Amino acid sequence: MKYKEIVSQATAEWTEMTSGKVPLIRIGTAMCGHAAGAFRVIKALQEYLDSTELEVNIQEVGCLGLCYAEPLLDIKKPGKSRLFFNNVTPEEIEYIVDEYLINEGYPKEKVFGYIGEEGPVNGEDSLESIPGLKLQNRIALRNAGHISPHDINQYIANGGYAGLYKALTDLSPSEVIDEVKNSGLRGRGGAAFPTGVKWSFLVGSPGPTKYILCNCEEGDPGAYNDKGILESDPHTLLEGLAIAGYATGASNGIVFIRHGHDGPIERTEKAIEQAYALGLIGNNILGTDFNFDIEVALTGESYVAGEETALMEAVEGKRAMPRFRPPFPAAFGVWGKPSNINNVKSLSYAPEIISKGADWFSSIGVNKSTGTAIVCLSGDVNRPGLYEVPMGMSLGEVVDDLGGGVTDNGQLKLLQTGGPLGGVLGPDSKDIHIDFDEMRSAGAIFGSGGIIVGSDKVCAVDLTRVLVAFCQFESCGKCFPCRLGMEHLLEIVERISDCASKPGDMDLMKSIGGTMEAGSLCGHGQLGFGPIRSAITHFEEDFRLHIEENRCPTGSCDRPKIVPKNTRPYATDHIAGE
Amino acid sequence: MTADKDKLRTRIQQAIQSQKRPTVTVLSSLLAIQDSMGYIPEEAIEEVAVHSNTSINSVFGVASFYPNFRFTPPGEHSVEVCWGPTCHLKGATEILESVLEKLGLDSEGDTGDGKVSFRFNTCLGACSQAPVISVDHELYGNAKPDIVSNLLGSLYEKENLH
Repeated sequence: MKYKEIVSQATAEWTEMTSGKVPLIRIGTAMCGHAAGAFRVIKALQEYLDSTELEVNIQEVGCLGLCYAEPLLDIKKPGKSRLFFNNVTPEEIEYIVDEYLINEGYPKEKVFGYIGEEGPVNGEDSLESIPGLKLQNRIALRNAGHISPHDINQYIANGGYAGLYKALTDLSPSEVIDEVKNSGLRGRGGAAFPTGVKWSFLVGSPGPTKYILCNCEEGDPGAYNDKGILESDPHTLLEGLAIAGYATGASNGIVFIRHGHDGPIERTEKAIEQAYALGLIGNNILGTDFNFDIEVALTGESYVAGEETALMEAVEGKRAMPRFRPPFPAAFGVWGKPSNINNVKSLSYAPEIISKGADWFSSIGVNKSTGTAIVCLSGDVNRPGLYEVPMGMSLGEVVDDLGGGVTDNGQLKLLQTGGPLGGVLGPDSKDIHIDFDEMRSAGAIFGSGGIIVGSDKVCAVDLTRVLVAFCQFESCGKCFPCRLGMEHLLEIVERISDCASKPGDMDLMKSIGGTMEAGSLCGHGQLGFGPIRSAITHFEEDFRLHIEENRCPTGSCDRPKIVPKNTRPYATDHIAGE
Repeated sequence: MTADKDKLRTRIQQAIQSQKRPTVTVLSSLLAIQDSMGYIPEEAIEEVAVHSNTSINSVFGVASFYPNFRFTPPGEHSVEVCWGPTCHLKGATEILESVLEKLGLDSEGDTGDGKVSFRFNTCLGACSQAPVISVDHELYGNAKPDIVSNLLGSLYEKENLH
């Protein structure tokens, strides 16, 4: 089928669904909706609807960004705007359905707001006027919360695969790379390396088999934006992956997801199947001579598997331990073939960059950080969520405007950004902007986009202990400075937290940190001292109280320390490269 | 006994051979066995080694590296509690205390009656709903110690109904 026929069929289906005679109920079932009980709400909804004569179309959708309002129910009656209901429980379903769908009334107690050109349903405010949506500028997440991730036609009806079509019909591979280079897009996995430049490394590598790997290991606690994209709109990633494949001359794409994250895995695999069926991936894509296959590969639980060379080891089915570099992946990657590793978010921008152009993308954002930042805001904040905002927003705006301020009218004490290795910032960090370089010079990283808010009830030593415990648990064990250093650091932080530190502990930690930085192969060991260094810098007083006055300022450290005791058995058989 | 062992090996081989993803590796085979049987029996290490044409040592090296593999049959229900930084700030310690007390455990492991297997999870992926726990792979966000305790209690009640 030709692309234009696919689009017209998808558009007709979409129009029928959204403007037809049957009410449309959309409900968010990404991880945030799931944890808030969305599937229990759907079950109650289906059961109740079965007991009535009503004909209703129920569609699962992804995350609108307003995780705090999940489960979020969205009912579109014919001729009316979409009416949203927040924090819906299974018990409230009967009230909402009776009042709104059966009695043609208005369940005002549960109404959250409306979205739609038809205007307010009954005088309520537009949901798009609340800060959580107004401040967003959604590119990678443009469809999240609006379309079903289970249906490729809903994606196509909303401009899906137009970027790939344009790339294949109007642009040469080098023009695609130039477009991505000119857009200023930088990798969103943490290193912020220019994506177009990275792609160009693979162009000169010999074929025919070359891989584009998409990294959705996302083991960072506090980050859920990669999974959010795959659960909300997996096709935007597949389209980006195919564009990257065309630009670099790659033959295969592998989406690498952590085992156990069933939502992202199932939705991505279903999306791949649907894309094959329409000829949008596979052989002779859209009638051209471009061939590109995509598959999903799973990793076991390992944070280090997100490191690009460890990722390749895991794809090959081995222990996720980093390799020596050089050779670099573009020369010798997975199965020894040329490879290029990109984060989910980086690839998910590609379709819109190709559709709308590099200038459009680079006009968003600031300085050398173009486009948007996909922020996972969690912790002691009133409105945690998944917010896609223009780069350059200040952390104060993120916490106060998007997040609605610190919970319980507390004061902001710390921000933990960029994953557990990213470090912490103090209360004076509100003026720092989300800009890769500005954050780095402030001693933190934007990394994968997690921002964890800590109120004045949080003890910096206690939080540091958990961050170090995480890093210790996740050390793969290949490099001894990291393997032993992390264990030693944890021991020291634990005794500081227990108010039982020894003289010289602070200097000892710095010395261990220096060894780890110098003697580890990957970022896990090199940056492993980061959480402690930044905590000491910004929260010296918290450490001093534990060390000199033998007390925890918030009492957090007096609670039992319940963390996993088992670490990875460090048998050294089957080491990478053997 | 031999018949049981043969049956076990047949199940393992079926799990290895019925993988749908195109790339089959030691890790993918182990994950398939874990998904199908809930654990990695000793025989599975041998079968994967034969199938992948590698050593038992190498296969065990992979299996022992990833903490999601277990080597004994799991309890009837699985309970996982997130201990990541966000969940920690939002009260994971109290959740963990409540879960461990309810289950009569002092750390990761199985309850004496084999009903529940408990483990830590470094991130269940729903930080915006922290603290999060997972019961039989269903997520429960904004968890409170008393609600969690009731939820675990209901696992036992459901059993009684049958």
